[in-house]
Amino acid sequence: MTTTTYLIIAAAVLVFIVIFQIAKASEYVSVLKGEETSRKQNNRINGFMLLGFMIVGFIAVYYCNKLLYKTTLFPQGSASVEGEKFDEMFMITTAVTGLVFVITQFLLFFFAWKYQEKEGRKAFYFPHNNKLELVWTVVPAIFLTVLVVFGLRFWFRITSDAPKGALEVEIVGKQFGWMMRYPGKDKIFGKTYFRVISDANSNPFGQIFEDNEELKLKADPTNFDDVVTTQTMYIVKGRPVKLIIGSRDVIHDVGLNHFRLKMDAVPGIPTTLWFTPKYTTKEMKERTGNPNFVYEIACDQMCGNGHYSMKGIIEVVTQEEFDIWMAKQKPNYYLAFPDKDPSAIKPAADSTAAVTAADKNAVAINK
Amino acid sequence: MSNETSHVHSSTVSVPHETHHEVHHGHHHETFLTKYVFSQDHKTIAKQFLITGMFWALLGGLFSVIFRLQLGFPDAKFPWMEALLGEWAKGGQLQAEAYYALVTMHGTVLVFFVLTAGLSGTFSNFLIPLQVGARDMASPFMNMLSYWFFFIASVVMLSSLFVQTGPFSGGWTAYPPLSALGEASPGSKVGMDLWLVSMALFVVSSLLGGLNYIATVLNMRTKGMSMTRMPLTIWAFFFTAVLGVLSFPVLFSGFILLIFDRHFGTSFYLSDIYINGQALPNEGGSAILYQHLFWFLGHPEVYIILLPAMGMASEILSVNSRKPIFGYMAMIGSLFAITILAFLVWAHHMFVTGLNPFLGAFFVLLTLLIAVPSAIKVFNWLTTIWRGNIRFTPAMLFALGFVSLFISGGLTGIFLGNSALDIQLHDTYFVIAHFHIVMGVASMFGMFAGIYHWYPKMYGRYLNNTLGYIHFWITMVGAYLIFWPMHYEGLAGMPRRYYKYDIWESFKQFGELNKFISIVAIIVFLVQILFIFNFFYSIWKGRKVTTQNPWGANTLEWTTPINPGHGNWDGEIPEVHRWAYDYGKDGQDHIAQTVPVGANESKH
Repeated sequence: MTTTTYLIIAAAVLVFIVIFQIAKASEYVSVLKGEETSRKQNNRINGFMLLGFMIVGFIAVYYCNKLLYKTTLFPQGSASVEGEKFDEMFMITTAVTGLVFVITQFLLFFFAWKYQEKEGRKAFYFPHNNKLELVWTVVPAIFLTVLVVFGLRFWFRITSDAPKGALEVEIVGKQFGWMMRYPGKDKIFGKTYFRVISDANSNPFGQIFEDNEELKLKADPTNFDDVVTTQTMYIVKGRPVKLIIGSRDVIHDVGLNHFRLKMDAVPGIPTTLWFTPKYTTKEMKERTGNPNFVYEIACDQMCGNGHYSMKGIIEVVTQEEFDIWMAKQKPNYYLAFPDKDPSAIKPAADSTAAVTAADKNAVAINK
Repeated sequence: MSNETSHVHSSTVSVPHETHHEVHHGHHHETFLTKYVFSQDHKTIAKQFLITGMFWALLGGLFSVIFRLQLGFPDAKFPWMEALLGEWAKGGQLQAEAYYALVTMHGTVLVFFVLTAGLSGTFSNFLIPLQVGARDMASPFMNMLSYWFFFIASVVMLSSLFVQTGPFSGGWTAYPPLSALGEASPGSKVGMDLWLVSMALFVVSSLLGGLNYIATVLNMRTKGMSMTRMPLTIWAFFFTAVLGVLSFPVLFSGFILLIFDRHFGTSFYLSDIYINGQALPNEGGSAILYQHLFWFLGHPEVYIILLPAMGMASEILSVNSRKPIFGYMAMIGSLFAITILAFLVWAHHMFVTGLNPFLGAFFVLLTLLIAVPSAIKVFNWLTTIWRGNIRFTPAMLFALGFVSLFISGGLTGIFLGNSALDIQLHDTYFVIAHFHIVMGVASMFGMFAGIYHWYPKMYGRYLNNTLGYIHFWITMVGAYLIFWPMHYEGLAGMPRRYYKYDIWESFKQFGELNKFISIVAIIVFLVQILFIFNFFYSIWKGRKVTTQNPWGANTLEWTTPINPGHGNWDGEIPEVHRWAYDYGKDGQDHIAQTVPVGANESKH
C-alpha cells in the first residue's frame, strides 16, 4: 500500500470521528434544551431543506438534461425509418411522465414543507374520499390506455414480417464476436447443422456441404453460393434488411442502438428483426460530425467474461457500393473446399467471371 | 371504517393458548445460546435477520464500490486492490473475470439477502406478532429454522467467493447456457454449484418464513383485530409472504432443472451448442424456458422487495403527519391488485428474446396496468401528508424520500413496460437507473425508515438523530446524483454489464460522467458505514427510551413494555377496538387501537 492510501484512510477516519463527535454533542445539547425545543428546531431545518432539495433538484434536472442530452442518440435522429416511431413514442411518454413527475414531486415536497409541525396547527382528519380516489384511478388508466395503444401499434409494426424484397442476412453470435451469412445468388440460405460446425475447416455456421452418413445429412447445394463474413455486416441504405439471428454457444443480443432495435441471439431458437437504414455510414459521419463514426453492434446480453468486447460493425452503403463489395466476396464453399473453387482451377479468367456474376446478381436484386 | 362496528369490551375473556403461554412465560430457563443464538423469540430472530442483512449490505455495497472504481477509473491502478483481491486485481487492475463476479454477487446479495431476507425477514418477524397482538409467530421453531437456513445459505454463498475458479459471474439472473456450461465461463464451474445450493437453501428459508407470516396474520390476531383493522404494514407483509410462497417454488424448480442440465446430462435448457471447438450432445432444450421460470419468481420478487417498504412508509407517514392514512381500503385494494398483477407480467423482462409479439402485447397491457394501483398509492400518500402536522423524524424523512424515489423510478417503468420502447432500452443503463431507483434505493429507504422508526422498540434506545439526518440527506442527494444521469447513458444505448467502454465509439463519451458517478457512490457507501456505526453504538450507548409510546402511535407494539420479553406483553394481550389510524380525530392527537369507541365519537 502506498502512503497516499494510508493518508486517505486516515483522513476518512478523522472525518468520521469529527462527524460522530458533533452528532454526540448535538444530542447532549438537545437533551439540555429539552426534547420539545430541539424537535421543533430539527423540524424547521428539515422542512426548509426539503423545500430547498426540491427547488435545487428541479434546477439540477434541467441542467443535467442540458448537459447530457447531446450525448444521447436523439440529436442525431434515428438511423432507421422504423426507429423514428421509437423517438416519437419516447417523447410522448416523456411528456406524460414528465408532467406527472413534476406535479407529484412538487406536491410531495411542498406539502412536507407547508404542513410541517407548527404551534396551534391541527391535522385535518381526512380518512377517505371516494370521489377523489375514483378520479386518480380513472385518470392514470386513461393515460396508460393511450400509451398502450400507441405502443402496441408500433410494436406490431416492427415485429411483423419484413417487407418483400428485403435484404436477408443471417447473424450468429459466439463468444465473443459476430459472424454473418448472405444467401448468395439463389437468395436461399443453405441448411446448417451445428454438429458439422468447424472453425478449422472454414465452416463456422455448420453449413451442410456434404452428405454425412453418420449424422444422416444430405448435402444442400443452396449452400454453395452462401457468403460468410465476420465482424462487419454490409447493408443497403433505403432497403429493408431482415436479420435472422442465432447463437452458437450462449445467449447474446444484437444491439442496434442507432437503429433503435435489439434482439436476443438464442442457441437453437432463431429470432428475426428487420429495419430500413436511412443513412449510409458516410452520411452519419457528417451528421454526427464524428469522422470515426461507425454503426456498432453491441452485445446486450451477458455472455461471459468478454461480453464487453463483443462488437460488430455495420456498414450501411448504397446499392452500387454493396454490389461491388458483394462481387468481391467468395462463397464460403470455396474456402471450405479450395479445390472446388473455379478461380483456383482457372486462374486466368477469375476476375472477369466474378464481375459478370456480380453484375447479374445486382440486376437480380434490383428487380 | 373500522370503529363503527359495535363491540363488547370484556377483559375477562382470553384465548386459551394465551393462558397457556402465560403459564410458561417468565419460567423459561434461558441460556445465552437459547436467548441470542437459537432463539425462538420473533424479536430476536428479526434482529438476526437485520444484522445478517446489514453484513451482506455492507459486503454487497463494497462489491459495487470496487466495480464502480473500475467503471470510473478504468486506467487507474489500485495497489491496495491487489493486496485485497490478489489474482483478481493483478497489478492493481481489476480483471474482467473479477468484475463480472462482483457484479453478479452484488446483484444476488442485494436482491435476495439484503432486500428480501434483510427487509421482510426483519420487519415481518418483528412487527407481525407485535402489531396483530400475538405472543409470537404461529411456529416459533419454524421461524428459527427460517433464519438458520438463511444463515447456511449465506455461508455457502460466502464460501463461493473463495473457490479457485471464482464465484458465479454470469449475472444475478443466471441465464443458461452461460450458467449451465463450465466451458462458457470460469464462474460457471464450481462457483455456480455453490450459488445454486445457496439459493436453494435461501428458497427454503423464504418458504418457512413466508408460511409462518401467513399463518400468524390469519390465525393469531388478538381479539377485535379484524383484517380491516390491521395496520397497512401487516397487510403489506401478508401480501409479500403470499407472493413469496407462490413464486419461490417455481424458481426452485428452475434451479433443479439447471442442476440436472449441469450434471446429469439432461437438455432442458440446452440445444445446438458448439463451444470450445466442440459440439455438445444436447438437443431440443430451450434456453428461454429458464427465463420463464426465473422471471415467474423474478417479477414478484420485485414486489416482495417493494411491498414491505410501501407498508412501512404508509404507517410512518401517517404517524408523523398526525393524520390517518388516506384511503385505507384503497391502499389494501392497491396492494392486492399489485400482488395479483405481479404474477401476470413476468414476460416483460423477455420482450427481446424472440417472444411471440402477440403474447408480448398482453404483457405490455398487464404491465402498464400496474401503474394504476401504484398511482393510487402515490396520490394517497400525498393526501396523507396534505394538511397534516408533520414531524420530520429521520424515519419520516426516509419515508418521504421513499415516495419521491418511488415516483421517479416508477415512472421510468412506464417506458420499459412498453415493448415498443423496451426494444431499444432493454439491458441499457436506463434499466439500471430504473430498477436501482424504484426497487433498490426506494426499498432501502423503506428499510431505513423502518429501522429508525422501530429501533426504540427493538433496543429500548434511540439512534442518534443528527447522524440520522446526515445519513438521510447525503443518501438522498447521492442516490439521485448516481442514478439520474444513468438514464442518459441508457439513452445513448450504453449496455449494462460492460467491464469497460473504451473500445466503443458509441459509448466512450461518458468517461467523465462515470468518474463522477463512482465518486458519489463511494461517498454514499461511506455514509452507510456511518449509519452502521450509529446502529451498533446506539444499541449500548444510545439515548434511552423513557416513554412507552415515543412517537404517539396507535398500533399495538407501543402498548408493550419498553423492553418487551419473550411473549411481548406482561399481562394479557390487549384487545383492539378500532383501526390503527385515528390520528387527529375529534380534536384528539391520537387514539390507540386499544381504546374503546366512545359514545359520542364521530363516524367517518
